[in-house]
Amino acid sequence: MERYSAFALLKNALGGHRHWPQAWRSPELKRQYDVVIIGGGGHGLATAYYLAKVHGISNIAVLEKGWLGGGNTGRNTAVSRSNYFYPESTRFYEYSLKGYESLGRELNFNIMLSQIGIINLACSRHELEIFRRWATAIQVQGVDSEVLGREQIATMVPMLNMSASARYPVHGGFIQRRGGISRHDAVAWGYARAASSLGVDIIQNCEVTGIEVSDGCVRGVKTSRGSVRTDKLGMAVAGHSTVVAAMAGVKLPIVSQTLQAMVSEPVKPCLDHVVMSPMVHCYISQSDRGEIVIGGGADTHPSYGQRGSLQSTEAVLNAAVELYPMLSRMKLMRQWGGIVDIAPDASPIVSKTPVTGFYISTGWGTGGYKAIPAGGETLAHTIAHDAPHPLVEPFSLDRFARGRLIDEGAAAGVAH
Amino acid sequence: MRIECPWCGSRSEDEFVCGGQSHIARPEPATASDAEWAAYLYQRDNPKGLHHERWLHRFGCGQWFNVARDTVSHNILASYPMTAPKPELPDANGGEA
Ligand SMILES: Cc1cc2nc3c(=O)[nH]c(=O)nc-3n(C[C@H](O)[C@H](O)[C@H](O)COP(=O)(O)OP(=O)(O)OC[C@H]3O[C@@H](n4cnc5c(N)ncnc54)[C@H](O)[C@@H]3O)c2cc1C
Ligand SMILES: [Zn+2]
Repeated sequence: MERYSAFALLKNALGGHRHWPQAWRSPELKRQYDVVIIGGGGHGLATAYYLAKVHGISNIAVLEKGWLGGGNTGRNTAVSRSNYFYPESTRFYEYSLKGYESLGRELNFNIMLSQIGIINLACSRHELEIFRRWATAIQVQGVDSEVLGREQIATMVPMLNMSASARYPVHGGFIQRRGGISRHDAVAWGYARAASSLGVDIIQNCEVTGIEVSDGCVRGVKTSRGSVRTDKLGMAVAGHSTVVAAMAGVKLPIVSQTLQAMVSEPVKPCLDHVVMSPMVHCYISQSDRGEIVIGGGADTHPSYGQRGSLQSTEAVLNAAVELYPMLSRMKLMRQWGGIVDIAPDASPIVSKTPVTGFYISTGWGTGGYKAIPAGGETLAHTIAHDAPHPLVEPFSLDRFARGRLIDEGAAAGVAH
Repeated sequence: MRIECPWCGSRSEDEFVCGGQSHIARPEPATASDAEWAAYLYQRDNPKGLHHERWLHRFGCGQWFNVARDTVSHNILASYPMTAPKPELPDANGGEA
């Protein structure tokens, strides 16, 4: 792997940028691997990278039915933060945010992390009370968070409708200053490039169509490019989790729904933070290109149609225009959807399964982008040791039968 | 989507709320194991294709009813009262679970 650096840039500039090497290899699929990972999104690629880097396993394949990062990893609004509520979540997401803080150097790939701070707006007195409790709970766990008054927010986000007649009056809020956004494609590509250079075979356009299990153990997978033998199989397929797990006879407490996002035409810099309004399900930020990136809550019915319903688009935009009146005169440039994997408690599942050698990473739902570094590292550990990484022990599949849910859906509300 | 309420006829999706999978039978609480109970509470079929689900006409007549819908195309194949049995319908996606 040729290292990216100012010197490499200069050298390649002299060659008219015609000689940059391929960022990752495109090898032929082999017939046997020590570990096979299904899904070439952020979680699958990161898992392969940490398996090779930390656990010294290099005979690994990542099988992706489409293209790298073509799933939710390339469709999200790229928000990272660690202000969840329960200690299990805070520990995990804080570890992940720290991972992001050093990821550019770790992968030698600029992920364009901008820690611009994430503001949550309280649009009622009651919401502000809940925010105080939430912000304090996070502080107690050693994660930065700070309650903001109405006036502070007015200066920080001049776009907000602060008039007396506002439909969604801003009562205050809280901020995690280390939260921010990064470039999601770069995260997928950076992990792919680093994993490939450690010997991982990344196979695109390769769909897993069956999983061979005998005597309760994984033996291999059937794919659109032939069969592959392996006795360790990791699954990180987001919205297709129940479809793929069923191939191994494993049922999951996951429902697939569409989550949408959209961007406006580009405008000059006018928004310095990510601003979320949990009660009205709308959050916005401004991309480096100047587009206003807008997201909201998931469509309410189960769906594998990767597009989203007009009702949800309208609901999000209604809220956006109410909160930020200047948006009403801007054009919407693009809208898209991703199929997200939602667990009953809105927390992830990183776990062994009843099938020996079958490991899963799912339930990332509307908020698993921020979890990619920690999700990859912990799934890799779980696969390599056939035992859960301490950070994800609480997030095992058996928590549902034990009644030990980690209900972030109720505690921290919508999560992106 | 336009959804056919058995009482009000074809109405716009935004008048309705989806209540998830339908026809779920509750196991006997006294004898069900923890795993059976958890499956009853949390595990859903989540098919890629034909799905039988409950909808509430919240901003209409306020009634619950069932809908058979394709989760890929969102085509609605049937809509029927809460107590009616599950209709036999073709699955355009071959019933991938
Ligand atoms: C609109 C939107 C906004 C979001 N915003 C945020 C946000 O701001 N912050 C945040 O933290 N999270 C956000 N998320 C959630 C986040 O994007 C996901 O949780 C995360 O990207 C999941 O990563 P993944 O690697 O598990 O899945 P994916 O990136 O979806 O990768 C799974 C891959 O598996 C492949 N696959 C599926 N089936 C098969 C098969 N049979 N064989 C081979 N390959 C298969 C798919 O093609 C896909 O590429 C958002 C999601 C969406 C849709
Ligand atoms: Zn009705």
